[in-house]
Amino acid sequence: MAAVSGLVRRPLRQVSGLLKRRFHRTAPAALQVTVRDAINQGMDEELERDEKVFLLGEEVAQYDGAYKVSRGLWKKYGDKRIIDTPISEMGFAGIAVGAAMAGLRPICEFMTFNFSMQAIDQVINSAAKTYYMSGVAAQHSQCFAAWYGHCPGLKVVSPWNSEDAKGLIKSAIRDNNPVVVLENELMYGVPFEFPPEAQSKDFLVPIGKAKIERQGTHITVVSHSRPVGHCLEAAAVLSKEGVECEVINMRTIRPMDMETIEASVMKTNHLVTVEGGWPQFGVGAEICARIMEGPAFNFLDAPAVRVTGADVPMPYAKILEDNSIPQVKDIIFAIKKTLNI
Amino acid sequence: MRKMLAAVSRVLSGASQKPASRVLVASRNFANDATFEIKKCDLHRLEEGPPVTTVLTREDGLKYYRMMQTVRRMELKADQLYKQKIIRGFCHLCDGQEACCVGLEAGINPTDHLITAYRAHGFTFTRGLSVREILAELTGRKGGCAKGKGGSMHMYAKNFYGGNGIVGAQVPLGAGIALACKYNGKDEVCLTLYGDGAANQGQIFEAYNMAALWKLPCIFICENNRYGMGTSVERAAASTDYYKRGDFIPGLRVDGMDILCVREATRFAAAYCRSGKGPILMELQTYRYHGHSMSDPGVSYRTREEIQEVRSKSDPIMLLKDRMVNSNLASVEELKEIDVEVRKDLTLCCL
Repeated sequence: MAAVSGLVRRPLRQVSGLLKRRFHRTAPAALQVTVRDAINQGMDEELERDEKVFLLGEEVAQYDGAYKVSRGLWKKYGDKRIIDTPISEMGFAGIAVGAAMAGLRPICEFMTFNFSMQAIDQVINSAAKTYYMSGVAAQHSQCFAAWYGHCPGLKVVSPWNSEDAKGLIKSAIRDNNPVVVLENELMYGVPFEFPPEAQSKDFLVPIGKAKIERQGTHITVVSHSRPVGHCLEAAAVLSKEGVECEVINMRTIRPMDMETIEASVMKTNHLVTVEGGWPQFGVGAEICARIMEGPAFNFLDAPAVRVTGADVPMPYAKILEDNSIPQVKDIIFAIKKTLNI
Repeated sequence: MRKMLAAVSRVLSGASQKPASRVLVASRNFANDATFEIKKCDLHRLEEGPPVTTVLTREDGLKYYRMMQTVRRMELKADQLYKQKIIRGFCHLCDGQEACCVGLEAGINPTDHLITAYRAHGFTFTRGLSVREILAELTGRKGGCAKGKGGSMHMYAKNFYGGNGIVGAQVPLGAGIALACKYNGKDEVCLTLYGDGAANQGQIFEAYNMAALWKLPCIFICENNRYGMGTSVERAAASTDYYKRGDFIPGLRVDGMDILCVREATRFAAAYCRSGKGPILMELQTYRYHGHSMSDPGVSYRTREEIQEVRSKSDPIMLLKDRMVNSNLASVEELKEIDVEVRKDLTLCCL
């Protein structure tokens, strides 16, 4: 596997290889892994590595996971390590916290984060105040980054692509603190290029560090989860018009990597935040507040602008749903407004 | 109860002497142990219950007496300190319920696990922390077991998980600890306590279901002291048979004022869980002398007469003392000495 991707990445060597009478190979496509498979891999590796790790939640075992994220794990690890629970969020969240208090490393899956609201007491009051680890959930319509990000004692991560998904869940499992992993179920089936380092069993994405997905000079665009993709699309469109956006993938909501964001704003002098959650008391609001409190404020040439989900409960009709979350055109609009173009 | 004690003491004590001086106390012959009858437990889905007689050794008796007296005096000292505003915030005292914490501890091993709610000072002591560490924590000192950052409701020790402020939330936690016990395969059990008020929380029934389904070694224990804050059990629960509320989980109702009854029931329950049969439920019928917390005088929803009656007829320390004296396991003077020592140690702690 490594040799194959080596050929892809080093074309010059490939040429010299041909001259040395090696086998003629067409360059294979770069390894593509969906977010779902990346999470599956991450959990599988951690279950193998540490006996204390186990997974519990609704339909995680015999159903292979409601979204098939835990496919194959029950067959491989059995009833002791992969546990189907009854529909009792508060109960099994508490059980997960208790097991962690007693030294195990549970991955507690909520089928959707809406269901986790039933258990929010256990997550906030029991988990956040005790030293342990917890985790995984699928985010359905509503973005819970602001809810959990508000709470001291929790770490909160929000993966965008496959690399993020695998690296962050592995870091979350190995972290001794409670970690809320905000998976976006709309991303499960999306394939991404999987770099060679991500294929290693020790590949970790550090919690608390953002990633600059695209370098730019005119404006900083900060986002997390699925909207990161939309930001990159917007950046591609704007690039044709001569506007170069720097797109930052937060990866972690709490603790937030303000250093990366500030350094970028001090370079570009403009800031737009993009999130799927509601506007009031959200991730963007927090970023703006912190920018004002820090050194980057003096570098702003225009007020920072937030692009968020609409301030309504998520509607049902597809057209309404699509218009309730930030689209590429909304991001482009906000960027142009900030840049006054 | 009194008649039974009288009969037992007649049989066992023989010639009870009353020595005049301490020297005589030290050299006097006490019985090594004595057998006592204890109340039969009400059973739910169980063919047999704990034994109705038990043997108490002199050594154990003195140990239990000292422990109960220490918890009693510690709680009364906390009351005093609270009124002097040296302890602040929440403070829930357990005087009257000493037979529960001491009796439960007597029925399990130190390697077993225990979790409870906020009326936790007694358990913090029986699970191994010193009175000094507890009082230091209550008074916000860094010598406290949580370095002064936790206060009354957040004290932890080895295999003791607090101390939990959210009513009922500790029950799923306890089931989770029991899951870890089963997972690790070391034959340990988890005692998961809650009160008569918390017994109506939905998450407890979720925990019952999963514990029974997965046969977790969890002993659910309802410490029924008749009042959930200011609401009596009759006003809160459609069924006050708390030992039956586990439905498919077998249960027993225990006299929580009798430390020997609590001990035997705990031994029985622990053996049940360790054999892999799954969870079991114990209801301890007990009583608290203080109000719900230090901000509750405790007399607006119950009568002073009721409190006084329990004190005079069912006080757990008194019951043990009478048993020991009447069966020649100890003398009145010896036990008084222990009282004095406990008070002295407490005073030294507070300096």
